[in-house]
Amino acid sequence: MEIAVSREVSFRRLASGSYWRVALVATAAVLSVPVLVIVASLLQPYSSAWQHLADTVLGDYLTNSALLMLGVGVGTFLLGVSAAWLTAMCEFPGRRFFTWALLLPMAIPAYIIAYTYTGLLDFGGPVQSALRDTFGWGYGDYYFPEIRSLGGAICMLSLVLYPYVYLLVRVAFLEQSTAVLEASRSLGKTPWQTLFQVALPMARPAIVAGLSLALMETLADYGTVEYFGVSAFTTGIFRTWYGLGELGTAAQLSAVLLLFVFVLIVLERWSRRRMRFHHHAAQAEPSRIQLSGVRAALAFGLALTIFSFGFLLPAGQLSVWVVGSWQSGASENFLNLVVNSFALAAVAALACLALALLLGYGKRLHPGSVEQGAVRISSMGYAVPGTVIAVGVLIPFAWLDTAIDDLARQWFNVSTGLLLSGTLFALVFAYVVRFLSVSLQSVEAGLAKIRPSIDESARSLGRSPGGVLRDIHLPMLRGSLLTALLLVFVDVLKELPTTLILRPFNFNTLAVRTYELASDERLAEAALPALAIVAIGLLPVILLTRSITRETPTDEGTGVG
Amino acid sequence: MAEPLQLNNVSVRYGDFTAVIEVSLRLEAGHIGCLLGPSGCGKTTLLRAIAGFEPLAAGSISLGERQISDPGQLVPTEQRNVGMVFQDFALFPHLSIAGNVGFGLSGMDRAEREQRISAMLELVSLEGTQSAYPHELSGGQQQRVALARALAPGPELLLMDEPFSSLDRDLREQLAVEVREVLKRAGVTAILVSHDQQEAFTLSDQVTVINAGRVAQTDTPYALYHNPADRFVAEFIGQGSIISVNADTQGKLSHGLGTLTPEQLSNYGQSNLGLLVRPDDIKYSARSEVQLKVLSRAFRGANFMYELALPNGQAVSCLTPSHVNVAAGELLPVQFDLQHLVLFEAEG
Amino acid sequence: MHPRTTRTWRNTLRLIAATCLLTGTALSQAAELNIYSARQEALIKPLLDRYSEETGVTINLVTGKGDALLTRLKSEGRNSPADVLITTDAGRLYRAQEAGVLQAVSSDTLNTTIPAHLRSADGYWYGLSVRARGIIYAPDRVKPEELSTYEDLADPKWKGRICIRSSGNIYNQSLIASMLSTQGEEKTAAWLDGFVPNFARPPVGGDRDQIKAVAAGQCDVAVANSYYLGGMLNSSDEEQRAAAESVAIFWPNQDDRGTHVNISGAGVTASASNVEDAIKLIEFLTSEASQQWYGATNNEYPVRTGVPASETLQAWGEFKTDQVNMAELGRLNAASVMAMDRANWK
Repeated sequence: MEIAVSREVSFRRLASGSYWRVALVATAAVLSVPVLVIVASLLQPYSSAWQHLADTVLGDYLTNSALLMLGVGVGTFLLGVSAAWLTAMCEFPGRRFFTWALLLPMAIPAYIIAYTYTGLLDFGGPVQSALRDTFGWGYGDYYFPEIRSLGGAICMLSLVLYPYVYLLVRVAFLEQSTAVLEASRSLGKTPWQTLFQVALPMARPAIVAGLSLALMETLADYGTVEYFGVSAFTTGIFRTWYGLGELGTAAQLSAVLLLFVFVLIVLERWSRRRMRFHHHAAQAEPSRIQLSGVRAALAFGLALTIFSFGFLLPAGQLSVWVVGSWQSGASENFLNLVVNSFALAAVAALACLALALLLGYGKRLHPGSVEQGAVRISSMGYAVPGTVIAVGVLIPFAWLDTAIDDLARQWFNVSTGLLLSGTLFALVFAYVVRFLSVSLQSVEAGLAKIRPSIDESARSLGRSPGGVLRDIHLPMLRGSLLTALLLVFVDVLKELPTTLILRPFNFNTLAVRTYELASDERLAEAALPALAIVAIGLLPVILLTRSITRETPTDEGTGVG
Repeated sequence: MAEPLQLNNVSVRYGDFTAVIEVSLRLEAGHIGCLLGPSGCGKTTLLRAIAGFEPLAAGSISLGERQISDPGQLVPTEQRNVGMVFQDFALFPHLSIAGNVGFGLSGMDRAEREQRISAMLELVSLEGTQSAYPHELSGGQQQRVALARALAPGPELLLMDEPFSSLDRDLREQLAVEVREVLKRAGVTAILVSHDQQEAFTLSDQVTVINAGRVAQTDTPYALYHNPADRFVAEFIGQGSIISVNADTQGKLSHGLGTLTPEQLSNYGQSNLGLLVRPDDIKYSARSEVQLKVLSRAFRGANFMYELALPNGQAVSCLTPSHVNVAAGELLPVQFDLQHLVLFEAEG
Repeated sequence: MHPRTTRTWRNTLRLIAATCLLTGTALSQAAELNIYSARQEALIKPLLDRYSEETGVTINLVTGKGDALLTRLKSEGRNSPADVLITTDAGRLYRAQEAGVLQAVSSDTLNTTIPAHLRSADGYWYGLSVRARGIIYAPDRVKPEELSTYEDLADPKWKGRICIRSSGNIYNQSLIASMLSTQGEEKTAAWLDGFVPNFARPPVGGDRDQIKAVAAGQCDVAVANSYYLGGMLNSSDEEQRAAAESVAIFWPNQDDRGTHVNISGAGVTASASNVEDAIKLIEFLTSEASQQWYGATNNEYPVRTGVPASETLQAWGEFKTDQVNMAELGRLNAASVMAMDRANWK
């Protein structure tokens, strides 16, 4: 009798466990379709366009993209890590303010910061005009760095992407056991040596996660490089598609880009195969390094500089433009745009979060190689330009619609038309494919902090896997979940190309309006919707900061020993 | 290498709360000292003050000739040349064992460094583990790596914060012996924080008992046990109870517990004295006329710990060989064998 | 699959089909037109709204990039809801025609009002407005007599004096396509080899940026679409107005084939469910009133002969336009991109 009962229990556990596995693999498979559609293009015949590209511009694209990634990598690392170190580990006047203010640049889309800096710094802009007026110079009398260049693109992207690094590394710093840092000091290392030899290497997973988000965004960026005339790999993709009319070759180029990203990820994992980074120690209140005098002034100055260039200046320029062109920009359906943008971003963020939980937790339950691989592939979409993802969504959805239509015609002699294509569902699906990586990173990082013994104790007390997630993980993960939600929200709010292709009839967003005006080179009029994006993006950023300014992380899986 | 450690009237304050109050102590070069006390007594704070992680509110700390802390100055930890072993070891998870042990070695060439690392690993009997990572070792091994890492740079002083508390009991006792040997071989001055007297006694030459931020007594383990300076030390160290006794004019105590020396008699008087009775002060003696009622007993394998009632009802403990098997409520024949009487002023 | 499951599935499908059928008939009662437009909303919606008002036909609009809309149209296939595709250049219309997503329609009105070279020969698409690519110059540094043709800009005397946007842009692609069509591949390549080294700076920004650069003195001449200059002249931004007023426009190739022009245009999709109204809409977009509106709002030239251009445009004078058929520009688009790649035009 007893045996029978226990067998039934274990069978039920197994069964509910395998539901998770089935759900995980099925979800990952569906989400992988767009990426696989793109990768599958590699199996298609190779057109002569490849030869042309290889002969002429491909080398240029590769070099520029590599330089761009290198530059943005260094830029976001320097800005993100120094901001994180200052606000997490040091005490200086204004630290509390900068803790959240340094996140704000995240709300500004890269192409918009590019417009504003061009407006500020180009020949006719206020900076150069002021220089000429002051010194009586004319054109060619003085050197001024060209903002619309590779270097400029690196600066722009670094300024808006460093918050990813900042956000993740800051948490990592706060969670580092103070004992480990003190051990380093006791072994004769100064605070600076401790930063470089212990704190930074230990924050490596967070740095890598932040950098990979920033670099994948960089690889996918089209707006900035196009406007700055930098021939990067994405420029190549679109040039091949739009200019040469070779969508197949463009998809193949994207697939190559994907493989490149995949290899990078694999290499990084391999390089730290045996190292571990978690350290479950009693969490004391972090003892901040007290800065005073010149050092405090330097810290304040550095934080203020990052904040100014990343947020104050561009937001200020947008405001100036808005004031100058208020009447032409504000139209009666402006509120409609705001509502659309907000609702879409909110729905997509929730969808991403739910799926990230399903995948992240499913992977925790079943850490097999199939599951790992499925999850990895389904979250590759972040590195792909939105337009390409959109095509990857467009093709299978249209195929499915047509197949259903065929069946319907065959069986019932009616046409079902397009059930999914051109709907908000397809659009949200594309967002999920593109941004899942962002929420998954956050959810996985949160889950990793909860020790397996916690799951096991809950399971031993009779909770199902779903019950453990609901009763144990969700409450413990609150901070991570909020971060995931808000990061995707801000990303979708800024998103343009996917929306542009997949949206239903008569559906506009702020990003679309901004783009249409800006692409017609009406920057001043584009400023109002752009500023609205920034303003709406600020709401969650401020919410997010309220959760991160709580000094100790909320997801502490460990008790105080 | 080793230097004596000197603390003069050291106080450490957190806001309004004074965690360490006017502590003075001296630890000779090459000796192992222990800060012993219940949790929250300020012993860890004191250790961190010695390490340089906490500033002093008053007093001074010096290492050899060098003054390293006073309220006006705080030599940064990294310049103190102190080694430290942490409660949770605090090994660097991203570095291999060699990386951990070699972390504090600077100004050495590669060969020298490697030699030093393997010498240190040999010292702690972990030869050949250089390329492993901390999470691949057992708890006891990790603890020895932590020790090797702290000793590698040749510190003038080694600080250990509850170094064995995250290990299980068997391992703890075995390691304590090993660590003492390692420290003695390395000839380092060391100070450890502990709340476990077993560990403290095994490891240390000198133990400082701390109570509520103040030094209660500094002495050898033997002296602490046999000559506790106050009631707190007497009760905190070892087992035993302080019972209330009276003496006659000759100094003879009731129940035949012993006789006071004339000095004791003149110092403490005759009535209402506090007498420390340890379990080993009362011996089982089959033919003894003194028979005490058994209140309770605990079997400990090699011996029994009995809780007995004196005729006036006060409870005392008695350790007997394990073959002495008397049930609760029955009488146990014993003999009092207090080698020297430890007395305290009456309470209240 | 289990037979019961199959039956359930079939029932579900039947239900879906029935629902769709009902809603489908309900929808088709009110006349509706669905538009995919590469022309951005601000430059097309007002006209569509006016059409709705006049005819009672509901219009649904999606805007986007030409090739993206074309891809959407292609993958949606016969079920695509779109009735009309509007693009901002002939090349995309040509591609759409090639991809088989447009259908040939004939309309006497359209055939008589739109010149033959601005529509497809067999009725697949029709031009809506004309955009001319002129040469903008700084009158204080360049005399109009020094300017003659696009070809002349390859002359070494222009070394370091020319601004033009990147070769990724469709306006440049169709300009080069028109050269390939009239001059042939070899001559065009030779011309590019002379032209590209004359650039004052690596190509950055849009057409307005090139005009601003001329005004600022960074270059002496720029190749840009005329409506951008018009837009700057009528801009609310003082800096833009000042820049535009300090430059002048020159119409090249007046002694031979004429200034290069492109069109924005429209075609009826192959999947259109409402062909009749679709044609009526295109006719409406080429009506005199609509044609004037293009000029007034976006400083484009009318496709329809006999419609006066806007005041701004009139001030720039009449000029001869290249009569090459727009389909030819589409056909040669890819070749033009490759030619520019080979000439290292970024």
